Amino acid sequence: MSIRIIRKGVLDSIQDTGRIGYRHWGINPGGAMDTASSAIANLLVGNKKEDAVIEIHFPAPVITIEQTCILAITGADFSATLNGEPAPLYQPLLVAADTELRFKQRVKGSRAYIAFREQLGVPLWLNSYSTNFKAGAGGWNGRTLQGKDVLPFRHTNNYRGLTNRVWQALPWHVVPFPEPDIINILPGPEYEWLSDAAQRQLEEKEFTISTTADRMGYHLNEGLEVTPSQQLLSSGTGFGTIQLLPDGKLIILMADHQVSGGYPRIAQIVGAALPAVAQQSPGEKIRFRICTQEYAEKLYLSQWQHMAILGTGCNLKLASWLEKNEYLPD
Amino acid sequence: MAFPSPYKIVPLGENAVVILWENRIDTGLHKTVLTIYRHLQAKMQDVIIDLVPAYSSLTVYYTPEKAISLKPPATSLYNYIRDRIEKSIALVNETADETNTIVKIPVCYDNEYAPDLANLTREKEMTRDEVVNLHSSRIYTVFMIGFLPGFAYLGEVDPGIATPRKRTPRPVKAGAVGIAGSQTGIYPLDSPGGWHIIGQTPVSMFNAQKHPPVTLEAGYKVQFYPISSYEYKNYQEGSAG
Repeated sequence: MSIRIIRKGVLDSIQDTGRIGYRHWGINPGGAMDTASSAIANLLVGNKKEDAVIEIHFPAPVITIEQTCILAITGADFSATLNGEPAPLYQPLLVAADTELRFKQRVKGSRAYIAFREQLGVPLWLNSYSTNFKAGAGGWNGRTLQGKDVLPFRHTNNYRGLTNRVWQALPWHVVPFPEPDIINILPGPEYEWLSDAAQRQLEEKEFTISTTADRMGYHLNEGLEVTPSQQLLSSGTGFGTIQLLPDGKLIILMADHQVSGGYPRIAQIVGAALPAVAQQSPGEKIRFRICTQEYAEKLYLSQWQHMAILGTGCNLKLASWLEKNEYLPD
Repeated sequence: MAFPSPYKIVPLGENAVVILWENRIDTGLHKTVLTIYRHLQAKMQDVIIDLVPAYSSLTVYYTPEKAISLKPPATSLYNYIRDRIEKSIALVNETADETNTIVKIPVCYDNEYAPDLANLTREKEMTRDEVVNLHSSRIYTVFMIGFLPGFAYLGEVDPGIATPRKRTPRPVKAGAVGIAGSQTGIYPLDSPGGWHIIGQTPVSMFNAQKHPPVTLEAGYKVQFYPISSYEYKNYQEGSAG
């Protein structure tokens, strides 16, 4: 007993911070698209930020929580409800057994994350819980969640505090990271292959995310002026690499990108900006600004430190709440 | 010749760098890539978390949060990683010994398994046997694994059977053996693909339940040998040479 998928969403999968160390076998890291939101969902319930979460899109799944647990929902706002009552995001929620989690409409963002203190009982594949759809491995049987799937929890816990209610929000929350208006990028290995005009266009143009935008990559509608250039031999890529297609169009590689590619890597989105990009949807606009290597490093490290502080804070809050509200059955 | 060949290091964001050699397919250059790949894999485990060796480049992924505790205060993370890679490479003075093991892979080149072979023979004005002989007589090097889990880029094929990739990808079956440009490769999984399919192997190139899950790795030597459709159908995994 744990959670049951009543109706599947458009693409529900188990993810974590990714499968690191296997790119030389062609196995890419994958993992949550918005790693900041997946990390915060975990921290809110007292998990490590690398633990397994459910990544959902809209239309979202309908899930029955079959066992009392503490969960948190972060990322996109899909109007979460528990037994019909609006449930807050970015806050730990104590939920009684047999409560229905539903998402009514998409308000903002494109992916939400659900983490459980009781932790999802999924096996590790190559040190990660992430679902690799291509390999059909990792996560929940290597595939998206389907109606009738029942995912077990690793732990059972007993809580006080649910009197006359099926759920309650615990008294602390996390403020999500602010979303930047402009996405910081660094010049990529083949940036110099661009003409001066194309280099200017990269920073001056407003780009639109096309309808071809998924976990593998986002194609952008607008392009850059291209001059015929040499062919690049296939070489390593990363989450956030911006590739230039022969017709001048751009692709942003996302979490499920191929480990290598033969299109020039004209730029790289800084790691700290990827969560915001991951929350964008087709039709939305995106603008780029080149920053310095030092600034990108500073952003990365400050986000990392911020996460560490959040983790400590959440653990303290949770520990003191559990002291009063958790009990071991006789 | 001085080792290694001239290279440059460029950043790929704030958590990866690419070591670039001359942008061409060359087995000597590729040996250098593999030597440096194995060397860095062994010597920089404290900060490196992933590496992608390719034809003439090596992409190195690291964790800034680990590097920050190791680097001198006044240096940027990128400069620290670049310096360490350069110093590490300077300690390598020759290419590593090559593996002598050749992975022999059976391929059925019969029509039912080779949808593009007839076109290729027509275009190259060769007989089917000539194409099969050219494809199966060479010992190929695995230049890199990429595109799909366990997809090995093998090269180079005899110029007589090299052919540009198709303009439009179509569905390709796991085990399909194809040619694109001067490369040959085996699809490890069902996938859309633009390579010309000239045969099919019963050997699996990727199996998530095995460790390692991939059959081939960069630097391996591979040779194909023709089998009949009867042998293909009765092939037992594990009997490959």
